[in-house]
Amino acid sequence: MEHMIEAKHITFRYPVDEGQPAGETVLKDISLHIEKGSFVAVLGHNGSGKSTFAKHINAILVPEEGKMFVEGIDTSDESRLFDIRQKAGMVFQDPDNQIVATVVEEDVAFAPENLGVPPAEIRSRVDNALRTVNMYDYRSHAPSQLSGGQKQRVAIAGVIAMQPDLIVLDEPTAMLDPQGREEVLEAIRRLNREKGITVVLITHYMEEAALADRVVVMDSGVVVLDDTPHKVFAQVEKMRSLGLDVPQVTELVYELRKEGFSLPAEIISETECLDALAALLEIKPI
Amino acid sequence: MLKDITLGQYFPIDSVLHRLDPRFKIIFTMLFIIMLFAGNSVWTLVLSAVFVLMAQFLSKIPLKMSWRSIRPLLPVLVFTAILNLLLIDSGEVVWEWQFLHIYEGGITTSIFMIARIVLLMVGSSLLTYTTSPILLTDAIEALLSPLKRIRFPVHEMAMMMSIALRFIPTLLEETDKIISAQKARGAALDSGGIRERVRALLPILVPLFVSAFRRAEELATAMECRCYRGGEGRTRLRQLKAGVGDHIGLGVCLVFLGASICVNFLKL
Repeated sequence: MEHMIEAKHITFRYPVDEGQPAGETVLKDISLHIEKGSFVAVLGHNGSGKSTFAKHINAILVPEEGKMFVEGIDTSDESRLFDIRQKAGMVFQDPDNQIVATVVEEDVAFAPENLGVPPAEIRSRVDNALRTVNMYDYRSHAPSQLSGGQKQRVAIAGVIAMQPDLIVLDEPTAMLDPQGREEVLEAIRRLNREKGITVVLITHYMEEAALADRVVVMDSGVVVLDDTPHKVFAQVEKMRSLGLDVPQVTELVYELRKEGFSLPAEIISETECLDALAALLEIKPI
Repeated sequence: MLKDITLGQYFPIDSVLHRLDPRFKIIFTMLFIIMLFAGNSVWTLVLSAVFVLMAQFLSKIPLKMSWRSIRPLLPVLVFTAILNLLLIDSGEVVWEWQFLHIYEGGITTSIFMIARIVLLMVGSSLLTYTTSPILLTDAIEALLSPLKRIRFPVHEMAMMMSIALRFIPTLLEETDKIISAQKARGAALDSGGIRERVRALLPILVPLFVSAFRRAEELATAMECRCYRGGEGRTRLRQLKAGVGDHIGLGVCLVFLGASICVNFLKL
């Protein structure tokens, strides 16, 4: 399978003013491949370097050492900068700081306008993007009339309108209420499944990471775990030592296993947990 | 509380005037202002008044709205009218009392001035009542585009205007939050003399500015992520298109302007 993203030994430090002591190395020799069409969650607590890594994907930051390739394009090649940004869309935490225009559809049109797409095609791209995130009915609203989850979905539509192959979302649900979070996650899942867009979801919510088909755990600038969510969350002690939680059901199963119940370790969703518990209870006569 | 402030003055209904090309509406407004100040005869005022009434009718904007655009100016109008009455000394003396003299010239100047300002306010607010801020920004960008040749940053200016419009509600909401937060910590915002009140504003302005700068920085990154690279090679979703109505409107404006200049020239 072709690689969507290929990081080769990337190392990065934030530049400091002259005379200042050199800053801490935020990314340390990271090598990573992300396949086309996959849904990858990047987990890590604050300061683990996960956002810095995300900013390397669409060339907002360029590695100090090593190389980053997006669909085979070197991100340090400035002449291809806009190609990379068109291929790799980015959504940030605060939807308010990403919406440029005073009307929803104008905002979604912003990226295709920048790319010089003809007006008729902009119109069809905008309509499609808004339908994909279920915001078509709000196309002529002002952003200030929308809820947080709706604004974030508009921001996602604004990225989809560029027709990217990859979307990087940097903690897109951190500022939303539970309902808004559900709406946004639903939209992200649909993009991955129906449109085949590669998704890189930076998050610190375990439940969100459990939706991905691969979880990369970062800690102090290095990748410490990289596997399927089942395998990653089964390592409860390791996760705890990194200052991370595991989904509640995984923790429940972990505690039960410690008490001697025979349950599979790799459980990350409520249905899996229910099934396992039901199977267990049927064996044991009450 | 602060949310109640309306954004711009746009009055969203459907009318002939609403549907006109915003670029033409700006030109019409400019022609109207020239017409209003082109001459000093009564006919100029009559023509301008007819023009404004016609536009008002076509715009379907309630007269109450137009009154709202004049009302804040009333004290200034009254004040300047009184000054004009007392200070202009041309023509016959109409009325005197001790050191106060009112001349004929003063009366006519005052009436002319009031009529002009009222017509100017009503006429030009029709532009903002019938055109949404975004369309207005687009039109200004289009009309100023010849200035690009002398490297005037037209696109950047229009972009700044629309971002400012976009962030007014966001920053208002934020101001509300900061005010509540400072009140919760015991800031006395509504008491004390002027000096104390101004000083009490500081703990509101500082966090507001800090957050505005942070927002600006994040917005700039987000815009770069969406391939923003200035106005060059940029296309637009909405194209401004002039129709038959716009050209008829332009014709009507020119006829009125011509008539206004003529009556002035003939000294009617």
